[in-house]
Amino acid sequence: MSGHVLLIEDEPNIAEAIRFLLQRDGWQVSTLAEGKGVEAFVANTRPDLVILDLMLPDRSGLEILAALRADPLTETLPVMMLTAKGQGRDREAAERAGADLFMAKPFSNAEIVAAVRSLMRD
Amino acid sequence: MRALTGARLRERRLALGVRQADAARAAGISASYLNLIEHDRRPVGAQVLARLAEVLGVGVETLEEGAEAGLIVALRAAAGEVAGASANIAEVDRLEDFIGRFPGWAAVLAQTHQRAGQLERAVAALNDRITHDPHLSQALHEVLSAVSSVRSTAAILAETEDIAPEWRARFHGNLHEDSERLALGAEALVAYLDGSEAAEEAGAAAPQELFDDWLAARGWHLAALEGGGDIEAEIAALPSLAAQGLARDWARVAAGDVAVLPLTAFQTAVAELEADPARIAARFGCGILPVMRRMATLPAADAGLVICDASGTLIFRKPAAGFALPRFGAACALWPLYTALSRPMEAVAAQLELAGRGGQHWRALAYCQPELPQGFGGPQLRYAAMLLLPEAGGALAALRVGSTCRICPETGCPARREASIVTGAGFGF
Repeated sequence: MSGHVLLIEDEPNIAEAIRFLLQRDGWQVSTLAEGKGVEAFVANTRPDLVILDLMLPDRSGLEILAALRADPLTETLPVMMLTAKGQGRDREAAERAGADLFMAKPFSNAEIVAAVRSLMRD
Repeated sequence: MRALTGARLRERRLALGVRQADAARAAGISASYLNLIEHDRRPVGAQVLARLAEVLGVGVETLEEGAEAGLIVALRAAAGEVAGASANIAEVDRLEDFIGRFPGWAAVLAQTHQRAGQLERAVAALNDRITHDPHLSQALHEVLSAVSSVRSTAAILAETEDIAPEWRARFHGNLHEDSERLALGAEALVAYLDGSEAAEEAGAAAPQELFDDWLAARGWHLAALEGGGDIEAEIAALPSLAAQGLARDWARVAAGDVAVLPLTAFQTAVAELEADPARIAARFGCGILPVMRRMATLPAADAGLVICDASGTLIFRKPAAGFALPRFGAACALWPLYTALSRPMEAVAAQLELAGRGGQHWRALAYCQPELPQGFGGPQLRYAAMLLLPEAGGALAALRVGSTCRICPETGCPARREASIVTGAGFGF
């Protein structure tokens, strides 16, 4: 399989681990460490999947998700949200905002690779 | 007469080990009649009851009086809460019978019910704290992030057999970094949890209570402030930061009052102007609230003072001797304090009589001052104060008020919002 995954995660070591895992699985991975400029980046690079952390330092992942869903170009773009355990209410809000899948931290490597494969197949 | 009497008679007789026939003979009635009385099938007349009380060696009043009124209220509440409105599983109609036969068990049940209520409130408070405490959620977020990273990185190192040396070195570096972060995060969590435990040990039910006790221990008068002194050391002795904050706020306000209303000149004014806060305020050209605060916190002042904000929450509570103030929660809705709150800048004066206190009278003076700390564009804050001055007389028609519904014995009060624990006083609606 091949495709382009955009990972938006402010924790550099988590981002590095995910990038390594997905690259080994055959995906092309871009990373952003903040929420600023996500829409422009998506419009320019046209990723096939976005992995979005719910808690970013400058912007809520929910807000980014809502912006992506509001744009006709990206309204059907698959989005996987990374949440921390215990963020039940945020998760409900993200579900309503149109996230396709949730991955709770701490996740297992096999889980996240399998989740990306399932979303790319759809 | 009450149904409880029969059960009490029976219980007392059995406790003494007296046979029904013997007790009946001694009291001059038939055994079958006593049996009917004991099972509440026949009413008992005053004379027979007096004889039975004598035979059983108890006062008539313990057989007759509703000494367990509080128990009845508590047990009714327990039955209502367990079953809900639809399916009442407890035999509420036999409540008095139950209390009469098993007073010990009844007390245990009432106390257990009360304790359950306290614990429920504590759980709700802790739940609130966990949900809304930014320090706790920050510390947890740090730990979760580090754990996520460690888990993924360690799994990569363990499961990727052909990992390139530079990647391996990089992941080892990341692992080291994250383990440090994890240690710091765990320390922060432990420090947080230790801190809250210490606060509980200090009996810190609420910062407001700590502050109240602190000020009460000083006779409600901060003497050091009169000479322009500093009381920071005394404030720092308070065991919680939140209580220290309250004390610091109060000290700042009190120091301002001292500056505007110097002690001797103020005491002279109180004597000359018949303790009228409005006239005293006019003499010093200041607001009425500062005068009320100063009057209640003079050395050995017997005046009580309550201050609330626009939500009606009491933010200052100095009780007057004989006029108990609620330790927490809202106060009596009839207080002139709340009249003043709804009519800012108007003088509200009233004669008060405390419910259930045998005619103790008070003169209440209340006043509400709106404030605009952020100017015309900002929110309006309101602070209402009520000064409670003991009144020797008491012949005047007075408004009957209480402390707070839960401990107020007044029956038939139109303003009641909660049942009392001291009588069976019910809601007004």
